[in-house]
Amino acid sequence: MLAEALALSAVLFAIGVIGVLTRRNAIIIFMCVELMLNAVNLSFVALSTLYGASGQVFVVFTMTVAAAEAAVGLAIIIAIFRHVKTVNLQNINLLKG
Amino acid sequence: MQPNEFHPIAYSAAFYFFGLTALASAIAFVTRKSPVAAAMWLVNVMFCLAGLYVMLDAQFIGAIQVLVYAGAIMVVFLFVIMLLNLGHASELADARGRWGQVLALLVGLALVAPLLALSKGDLLNRMIPPDLAARAAAAAAAPTAGGVIGPVAEPLFKEYLLAFELTSVLLLAAIVGAVVLGKRRTDAR
Repeated sequence: MLAEALALSAVLFAIGVIGVLTRRNAIIIFMCVELMLNAVNLSFVALSTLYGASGQVFVVFTMTVAAAEAAVGLAIIIAIFRHVKTVNLQNINLLKG
Repeated sequence: MQPNEFHPIAYSAAFYFFGLTALASAIAFVTRKSPVAAAMWLVNVMFCLAGLYVMLDAQFIGAIQVLVYAGAIMVVFLFVIMLLNLGHASELADARGRWGQVLALLVGLALVAPLLALSKGDLLNRMIPPDLAARAAAAAAAPTAGGVIGPVAEPLFKEYLLAFELTSVLLLAAIVGAVVLGKRRTDAR
């Protein structure tokens, strides 16, 4: 089952990357990042069946960082939305010269 | 790792069920236009992954996955979607053009091909430590103090104690940052 779990992790990660590259809604892009973090967690847990529980400890840390990232990132999205009234990244182009 | 009490065929069937459901939900997630529908499919992915964690002998991680990811993080996402009130899904057509999608698909395939090759190939067999069977037997023979949480808690509070403490600082910084960023700006004098 280890190979299947790792393959599923790889495919989920690629789906997350494709989502980040194809979507323009900032919130959905953010959720795609969460999906990628979940894919990495799956490989950690799958490999922890071979190498002991350290992998699971790393999953706990990953989840903490994901929670912190979600809180700050969504606050940034709300702050941006107050300024430009959109979360479509096509319309958020202040840095375009 | 304790041996699974499942029948092997039932174990495989459940494993493939959770895995394929997670895969289908992930594909549905990136193709939905409405952010709420996408969030719901992502919650489904997370529940399936929690099932997989339990089947991979990581019961504590499975419970945490449901509580933290599906229960807390996704609720925050749904709150923000609701707060922003983005309008109807049909007005939100936010996917990039055809060429952007083709390019993204190529990038995804280029990314997944080597990873799949790694997970299928001989490398995995070489990664298995030679004393795996002996360690598994020792783990099965030893009394499991602390049940399923003990093996996770022990390295967390001994080997990785510094990282654990630093995590609390990170969370504090995130709380303060989120409050400051989310605060409505009072008129600057």
